[in-house]
Amino acid sequence: MKCRKCGERASIELRRHNAAFCAPDFLDFFRRQVREAIRKHRMFEADEAVLVAVSGGKDSLALWDVLIDEGSRTTGLYLDLGIFDYSVESKAKCERFAAARGVPLIVSTVAEEVGAPVPVIKEVTRRPPCSGCGLSKRYLMNRVALEHGFPVVATGHNLDDEAATLFGSVMHWQTDALPRQSPALAATHPKLVRRVKPLYRLSERETAAFAFLRKIDYIVEECPFAKGATSIAHKEILNRMEEASPGAKHNFLFGFLDKARPAFERAEAVTLNECARCGQVTTGTLCAFCKLADQVKRLGGGLRPSSDGRRAP
Amino acid sequence: MKVVLRNPRREVEVAGGRRVKDVLAELQIIAESVLVIRGDELVTADQVVRDDETIELRPVMSGGLR
Ligand code: SF4
Ligand SMILES: [Zn+2]
Ligand SMILES: [Zn+2]
Repeated sequence: MKCRKCGERASIELRRHNAAFCAPDFLDFFRRQVREAIRKHRMFEADEAVLVAVSGGKDSLALWDVLIDEGSRTTGLYLDLGIFDYSVESKAKCERFAAARGVPLIVSTVAEEVGAPVPVIKEVTRRPPCSGCGLSKRYLMNRVALEHGFPVVATGHNLDDEAATLFGSVMHWQTDALPRQSPALAATHPKLVRRVKPLYRLSERETAAFAFLRKIDYIVEECPFAKGATSIAHKEILNRMEEASPGAKHNFLFGFLDKARPAFERAEAVTLNECARCGQVTTGTLCAFCKLADQVKRLGGGLRPSSDGRRAP
Repeated sequence: MKVVLRNPRREVEVAGGRRVKDVLAELQIIAESVLVIRGDELVTADQVVRDDETIELRPVMSGGLR
């Protein structure tokens, strides 16, 4: 297989684009896709300060790498979820990345903000770990961005993430989730920052290849709670469809964004209030994060050992 | 040839002198779900791997709700 650009031996084949690239031309292709995403959805201007949410995984570090090379003004945000060795290692990867590139990194710790780390939140709430974890992440990203004066938060969600989320929403016809799924969400309230996903045009395999070729030291091991998450099951289904018909994931997501999403955008906007406790945006009186923190406090979360008998870090 | 798999890390021995594509088929791994790594380079599915070589099949999927 030869590179479409230069004819040298290819490193990676992109079946959905009917193309193959050598390493340098693939890196070019990748960066072009990110620039195209930013331009098309007006994600941020060249002089805007961008908070990049990093997990230590391939996607978010690849994103940060591209943005730094593009000359964007970036700061990383690492959310320490307190998930055993996984969090210890992924935090170290983010810190090393930031130090090597000479870029600032903010660390925010869920155990301090909520009152307990994710494994304890899971036990206290008796809900899937990803539920309390996801809620805390979204909340903290927004609050940290506001506190530090960032107009925009960028996350490493890729094409597969977005297609899997869409698949999940469609399977359950969660029509209120559909309009919120977008590569760029505008700030609809003074206390909400813009949220953007500059990797939405790139598949998971492409972000992994980019991280590998750029020699980014990312965490390959998964969060221990990821196993059995429905989004993984959905990704597997979509990959089987992709194998049978290259471009399936791309067409599913992009077709939705172009043709279907506008139909689901609600005419009447929901009313947004400020949480009585913390002042962040909510549709009720007390936000979901403050309710979660209350629940953790009530049940004495912070002190309880986690399920495998170890005390949560 | 040796094939390194991840999560958890383990090694399996399969017949070499074949295309990557055939190795993936034998192991029932979907090409879209892995990077095929040989040393410090990526290899495409049509390339032949010799019997004395090692490749890593690194999963590209990251999970949970992010
Ligand atoms: S897999 Fe779930 S628990 Fe683990 S980091 Fe992701 S959202 Fe959090
Ligand atoms: Zn080339
Ligand atoms: Zn609140």
